[in-house]
Amino acid sequence: MLTLTCPYCGTHADETELAPGGEAHLKRFGPGSSDEDFEDYLFRRANPKGVHFERWRHAYGCGKWFLAARCTTTLEVYGTYPAQTTEPPEHILETIAAKRPGWSWEADT
Amino acid sequence: MSTRLATGGRFIDRSQPRAFSFNGKRLRGYAGDTLASALLANDQMLVGRSFKYHRPRGVVAAGAEEPNGLVNLGKGQHFEPNQRVTTTELFDGLEAESQNHWPSLEFDVGAVNARLSRFLPAGFYYKMFIHPRSFWKHIYEPFIRASAGLGKAPKSRDADTYEHFHAHVDVLVIGGGISGLAAALAAGRAGVRVLLIEQTAHWGGRAPVDDPQINGLGAEEWINSTLQALEEMPNVQIRTRMMGAGVYDHGSVLCYEQLTDHIGPKDGPRHRLWQVRADRVITATGAIERPLSFAGNDVPGVMLAAALRDFVVNFGVSVGDRTVVVTNNDDAYRTAIVLKTAGLDVPCIVDARPAPTGELVAEARALGIRVEAGKGIAKVKGGKRVTAVALCAQAGEGAVLEEIPCDAVAMSGGWSPVVHLWSHCGGKLTWDEAGAMFRPDPDRPPTGADGEGFVLAAGTANGFLATSEALADAYAAGQIAAGIKKGKGPSALAPAEEPMAPVWMMPQGAAISLREKMWLDYQNDVKVSDVQLAAREGYESVEHTKRYTTLGMATDQGKLSNINGLAILSDSLGRPIPSVGTTTFRPPYTPISMGAIAGAARDGLFQPIRKTPMHGWHEANGAEFEPVGQWRRPYAFRRNGESTEAAVHREVKNTRDAVGLLDASTLGKLIVKGPDAGKFLDMLYTNMMSTLPVGKCRYGLMCSENGFLSDDGVVARIDEDTWLCHTTTGGADRIHAWMEDWLQCEWWNWKVYVANVTEQYAQVAVVGPKARMLLEKLGGGMDLSKEALPFMQWADGRIGDFDARVYRISFSGELSYEVAVPAGQGLAFWEALLAAGEEFGVMPYGTEALHIMRAEKGFIMIGDETDGTIIPQDLGLSWAISKKKDDYLGKRAHQRPHMTDPNRWKLVGLETTDGSVIPDGAYAVSEGVNDNGQRNTQGRVTSTYMSPTLGRGIAMGLILNGPDRMGELVEFPKIDGTSVTAKIVSPVFYDPEGEKQNG
Repeated sequence: MLTLTCPYCGTHADETELAPGGEAHLKRFGPGSSDEDFEDYLFRRANPKGVHFERWRHAYGCGKWFLAARCTTTLEVYGTYPAQTTEPPEHILETIAAKRPGWSWEADT
Repeated sequence: MSTRLATGGRFIDRSQPRAFSFNGKRLRGYAGDTLASALLANDQMLVGRSFKYHRPRGVVAAGAEEPNGLVNLGKGQHFEPNQRVTTTELFDGLEAESQNHWPSLEFDVGAVNARLSRFLPAGFYYKMFIHPRSFWKHIYEPFIRASAGLGKAPKSRDADTYEHFHAHVDVLVIGGGISGLAAALAAGRAGVRVLLIEQTAHWGGRAPVDDPQINGLGAEEWINSTLQALEEMPNVQIRTRMMGAGVYDHGSVLCYEQLTDHIGPKDGPRHRLWQVRADRVITATGAIERPLSFAGNDVPGVMLAAALRDFVVNFGVSVGDRTVVVTNNDDAYRTAIVLKTAGLDVPCIVDARPAPTGELVAEARALGIRVEAGKGIAKVKGGKRVTAVALCAQAGEGAVLEEIPCDAVAMSGGWSPVVHLWSHCGGKLTWDEAGAMFRPDPDRPPTGADGEGFVLAAGTANGFLATSEALADAYAAGQIAAGIKKGKGPSALAPAEEPMAPVWMMPQGAAISLREKMWLDYQNDVKVSDVQLAAREGYESVEHTKRYTTLGMATDQGKLSNINGLAILSDSLGRPIPSVGTTTFRPPYTPISMGAIAGAARDGLFQPIRKTPMHGWHEANGAEFEPVGQWRRPYAFRRNGESTEAAVHREVKNTRDAVGLLDASTLGKLIVKGPDAGKFLDMLYTNMMSTLPVGKCRYGLMCSENGFLSDDGVVARIDEDTWLCHTTTGGADRIHAWMEDWLQCEWWNWKVYVANVTEQYAQVAVVGPKARMLLEKLGGGMDLSKEALPFMQWADGRIGDFDARVYRISFSGELSYEVAVPAGQGLAFWEALLAAGEEFGVMPYGTEALHIMRAEKGFIMIGDETDGTIIPQDLGLSWAISKKKDDYLGKRAHQRPHMTDPNRWKLVGLETTDGSVIPDGAYAVSEGVNDNGQRNTQGRVTSTYMSPTLGRGIAMGLILNGPDRMGELVEFPKIDGTSVTAKIVSPVFYDPEGEKQNG
């Protein structure tokens, strides 16, 4: 029963208001892509024990998709941000770096 | 015998007798009794039979940890199994029955299992019931089902009501003992919002029984003054009969409040499930006393030492006239002192420690109680009741030194902090060598959204067993939780205690004959010898041993047995206890009712039901409804006592011959609008939607990125930048969300809006050769002719008095107009059609007639022909896949090797040779058998009906190379052993040229 703050409407929302959408920042591979790239896009997920970027929809609120950076072991939430981005915003990365020395976005992907 | 004492009992009111029954026997107790104390007061020592060996069992504990005293409670609509006698409060008219016995509690046939116990060791079921396989169905399973299972399942509907509450607080304190009170007091004084809950009806926990001095007051006096202080604080709420059931992510705590269980069936909610969101949670959940493992420690009359004195002090109940106390610590001496002071006989205190000298030991000796140091119990004598104990040296192998006649045994193996709630959300434990216990590790708490620990264990639950330390710890926890600096809390004065000595087996060198009579888990009948056997057989992980032996897997989840069990395991493995570790603590702390979990979500409130504007008319006119998504749609409209099947066939025939009306309002309607709407729809649909001319309709398919067919429907181009997409009834919300997902997360710079207008319109399909005549009769001036409004076009206009949008689309193969009107006018429009259609023989039809007509026409149905593994190419829908587009969702997947495999099963029609109907879900068999000896298959049926139009069974199915095998026969075995043969034909059984729908 997580609580996440919807970056659009500002609501500190209970998990019952939210719908999960799996891993964030996947790059879509379409026609013309290799079998390997397409398979990775469809099926391969990081599933990390640690820092994770996730898609969430404020399904029973404003209806918007947003992204969350959190730790799957400590349940710490580093921040949420709008979905209209291909990579985490700088302030989120800084927050994580401060809490998790040695961790980096590049190394994670 | 166990009996009510002439005086005493803090909780009971002797002026208020309560009548109740146990196994039909009429008994009396007092207000304030628990069922356990009332049974014991009536000398009902035997309360149940054990799970596996059906051994006689009595009450062991006085609280939530009780493993034996489980009863079927209540009758009929108020019946509930597995209720603990120690936590069931007595009320007038309570009816209880013991469980797990046959034919009676006193005489039980299953007890023969105990004689066979040598043959029923750990893992017996795994070892015994494997071979031969054929024995499972008729021998093993019925045997296991008859002899296993605690309690009976309720047979009647639950007459009680339940509800859910939500609460948000700064600090939730779980446990209303003195530690919980102190923590709440500290947090309350700091001004934060506090909720303090206590699972029993009483505040103060066990403190009033042992009566330490707190702040110079007697325990009860301090408790009352603290309660008064808390009640005066507006920021503090306190509630009894409310248990902290589970701690979850980010300070979410499930609490279980029992509102009427203590007074019996009554109006109003029985249980209340609370979802509390707390910034900080304090678990002041106390500790549970551990049994000692000696032979016969399950004979009725053997009880936890503290429980025995709880019954004396709280309920004025003596469990026995002569009680032997056996212990490895000082605390159990309190029981001896309480018994002696109450005038009862304590022939001996058996202390496993070589030389106990603490204050309580001295006090017991001063009262003239004999203390046998360095001794243990070799075995307990007696069957349904303790008759004597045999003493031995603890350090030996069990040679009997003397026998002491007695009728009760008070045992104490030390105390285990209740760490369940601390552990639920990831709090870690540390092994305390001195106390031989696991306690919360303050450095590894469960963490919340801010990365900080959000649970604080307090007092005894935090491993501080001495009252003064517990109070100081709890008060500090309250202050930390409230975010203020630590100050001085209450102080306590109680006799100093000497260290306990870990004793995991008594005597320490016990032979196997004794070990197989030492119970660890009373409820699941797991003995010391079982855990040792598991270790010998190679079980090293505590989690595996638990499952193999079933230790701790009963309804009490091992509250008494876990630590003793894993100590035995650790000893057998020769590894220290902390390296063996504990099993996982899972919520709920004690079982909660299914009713509380459901809350108000039952019957009409279970799920919201969506109804079309015409729903009331359907109800009034014989509709049988079927659920489609959250909607209820008429399946058929029965007339004049006809069967459902007859109604369906009449509806099909009438629609084919005259005219029928279908309430199609549930069909999903999504408006997609914007400069990039065409581009967007080209990505979502497999075919081209951007080129659809304004005023025209096109059937479209949507696939997932996996390429599998997900939804279908007709799309209409409304104007230059607006499309209306019809989805399936069940797919509207899903497809709407699917569109939003792509627009928000992938193509967020595309200028497109999506609106779900499904409920804004009522839609009626007017279907059949007389459809045009009917609509023309209503007037309004629209030209509905073939020329003005041909098939697959739409137009706005007026039909009669209604603003309408008319689509020439057909899901039946007939001449068909789907007419959308504003939802508010749906019923009026429906009734106008029925009135005007009378002369044409108009009849409404339901979803079954719809299904049959679409199958006769070879139209696929999402969910029948598709199941999440089917691609459009399987269904002969390649014509609806654009070859011109560079991309659409699913296009890349359609190029994967498995998707282009020529041997994918493909859609065909199936015509039975004898005209019968192929059973739903039947498989077409091919030559040979697979590795399991089952027939190989070459296809399956996806839709199958009796066609009233053709007068024979028709079906659609997916068949290996089907489209290339027209005219071949395939065989479908039926459940009754016979089979039906069908010819492979085109799926379009009716009007293949489409003359009727185009007409």
